[in-house]
Amino acid sequence: MTAENDTITFINARLIDPETGEERPGGLTISGGLIAAVGEVAEDGRVIDCSGKCLAPGIVDLGVKVGEPGERHKESFRSAGLAAAAGGVTTIITRPDTLPAIDNPESLEFVTRRAAGASPVNIRHMAALTKGREGREMTEIGFLLDAGAVAFTDCDHVVADTKVLSRCLSYARSLGALVIGHAQDPGLSKGAAVTSGKFASLRGLPGVSPMAERMGFDRDMAMVEMTGARYHFDQVTCARTLPALERAKANGFDVTAGVSIHHVTLNEFDVGDYRTFFKLTPPLRSEDDRKAVAEALASGLIDILCSMHTPQDEESKRLPYEEAAAGAVALQTLLPAAMRLYHDGTMGLAQLFRAMSLNPAKRLGLPGGRLAAGAPADLVLFDPDAPFVLDRFTMLASKSKNTPFDGARMEGKVLATYVGGRQVFGAEVRDA
Amino acid sequence: MTFRARHLLGIEQLQPDEIRTLLDLADSYVDLNRRTIKRTDALAGMTQINMFFEASTRTQSSFEIAGKRLGADVMNMAVSQSSVKKGETLIDTALTLNAMHPDLLVVRHQNSGAVALLAEKVNCAVLNAGDGRHEHPTQALLDALTIRRRKGRLQRLTVAICGDIAHSRVARSNLLLLGKMENRIRLIGPPTLMPAGVGEFGCEIYDDMKAGLEGADVVMMLRLQKERMDGGFIPSEREYFYRYGLDAEKLAHAKPDAIVMHPGPMNRGVEIDGTLADDINRSVIQEQVEMGVAVRMAAMDLLARNLKAERGRAAAGVMV
Repeated sequence: MTAENDTITFINARLIDPETGEERPGGLTISGGLIAAVGEVAEDGRVIDCSGKCLAPGIVDLGVKVGEPGERHKESFRSAGLAAAAGGVTTIITRPDTLPAIDNPESLEFVTRRAAGASPVNIRHMAALTKGREGREMTEIGFLLDAGAVAFTDCDHVVADTKVLSRCLSYARSLGALVIGHAQDPGLSKGAAVTSGKFASLRGLPGVSPMAERMGFDRDMAMVEMTGARYHFDQVTCARTLPALERAKANGFDVTAGVSIHHVTLNEFDVGDYRTFFKLTPPLRSEDDRKAVAEALASGLIDILCSMHTPQDEESKRLPYEEAAAGAVALQTLLPAAMRLYHDGTMGLAQLFRAMSLNPAKRLGLPGGRLAAGAPADLVLFDPDAPFVLDRFTMLASKSKNTPFDGARMEGKVLATYVGGRQVFGAEVRDA
Repeated sequence: MTFRARHLLGIEQLQPDEIRTLLDLADSYVDLNRRTIKRTDALAGMTQINMFFEASTRTQSSFEIAGKRLGADVMNMAVSQSSVKKGETLIDTALTLNAMHPDLLVVRHQNSGAVALLAEKVNCAVLNAGDGRHEHPTQALLDALTIRRRKGRLQRLTVAICGDIAHSRVARSNLLLLGKMENRIRLIGPPTLMPAGVGEFGCEIYDDMKAGLEGADVVMMLRLQKERMDGGFIPSEREYFYRYGLDAEKLAHAKPDAIVMHPGPMNRGVEIDGTLADDINRSVIQEQVEMGVAVRMAAMDLLARNLKAERGRAAAGVMV
């Protein structure tokens, strides 16, 4: 890439277009950091032969935990950005569950400054809905929006006081702010480490009924109905929640839902003999739930597939299961793990990129996620069939290596990642 | 004789023939324990460390006596006053101990799975003396030995387990063991004290105690923890005793020769009537304590044999 000419033409690509829901052979030209033309393109600037590999809009990952501020030893903006680039993620949307929480414009400006320049991919930030994520007082939603917050969430802290939540939602609505909630009844799920059932009981671990998610969902939907807020559920993981989600959408509420890659590719039995890398929030569900949720993702009922990237160091995982920290890193494994859904026939590549790129961008009002002229040149070139065995120590760019896919056979390799027309990952791609 | 296990972490990992081997050996230790001179040298020169992260009198002294009668050097580590209080992690504690070359490590811990985690990090044989709500294998084995000696068999019996099933590691280990030996198991208790998914356990579930005891050969009572008695899981102690406390009237529904068991310590007047607990014709509670020492001797003896064999192979340079 030269400074005077940043035009690149990709030829012989398998174009994955989430907007049309189709994939087709063709080419794509980028120039000035934007996509200039798609389809039948003239060879302009540098020409890259994709040899039939897939070219898709880069992933917009909603809900990534970066350890800044507070836990930089677990993940920095730099390491998260490198992991993202290697995973085909071109935009990271960070969570505010840091230490301290991102709950005022000053701390938001701090992370914005820290992130800029440190990371090869785009980073946008969410802010807390209540101060300190304590569920008592709302944050300065207006100032935070002005400072660039793309959404407001207390992450896995459920605002238990419905009066507080109703005020937050009403206020957020007046500003058009998107609020992200965690569907979980706080009382029923207190102290739970796994999903309740035979497996949890035989392991002697405290469990939570999947019904706690449905209860949290129903409560939040009543609040949305009352206030008219724009609402997104971070993770819908149980079959029992899906009819309620379907009703909410049919009733015309401005509501969407997401799910983490782990809840559509793993189930509760993967915990096995107390393997803490499989401890997640919410806990892994039954295989029936996994299947139902994966199908809802394929049908579009669940809008967004994300990594729910949560770095934890070895110390916080090398503990008895109940005491171990929850969460898994997934920026780099999101795409290959998602290919499991492609290879098992659950959904097509265009549908997957609708959930990973287009929908999150649309929901947050960001320009990416599309393969269309005028869209940012945020792209991922990948081979959906390339096999590999994941080695967490040698293959992950994250500072933390807590992946449940360690040693797993996976298919799907990112060959190159482009952000704003600039290559941020991949070997020097062969020029045509 | 078969016993392949390297550790005794739970009943789950044991095969029926291993259970029989262990109980047969325990039978011989019962005889030894009734003599005046009780020492053998099965563990002579070996070091046994008892590491109880959770307070225990009965189980810890049972393991201590068992080790001493087998000739081991037994050390009780007072965990509550040690480095754990200073923030040392479980794994670091294990590694520190491991460096002192113990041969047998007896561990009780408040978290499910903690003993297995520790076992991964040490070179000696580990015995689970209770981990959280998960397993308490030696309790299930001593119960099995008691039943086998009293009933003459350990198959095709109807065993009723009553009380706080949800929080009981004793119940889990017994369920597994009695299931492996092909017995009919009934679980009796209020729904608040039943574990989730209990319907899939392959047991019969009763919330009416009299119905559940009908025709039972063995009645196994569980201890109700004090902290669960005050309105959280059950309305009150007295209502619990009325509905689920074992007394002569309820026991009359079981077989006339049914035996009454309890892992101890008992709450007299809460889960079991005091007179019944002392009735030597029905209650085998003291016998369970006696069997406990024998079963623990057998378990440690078998694990020590496997450990010696493994070390012998390693010293001879055989690939293991």
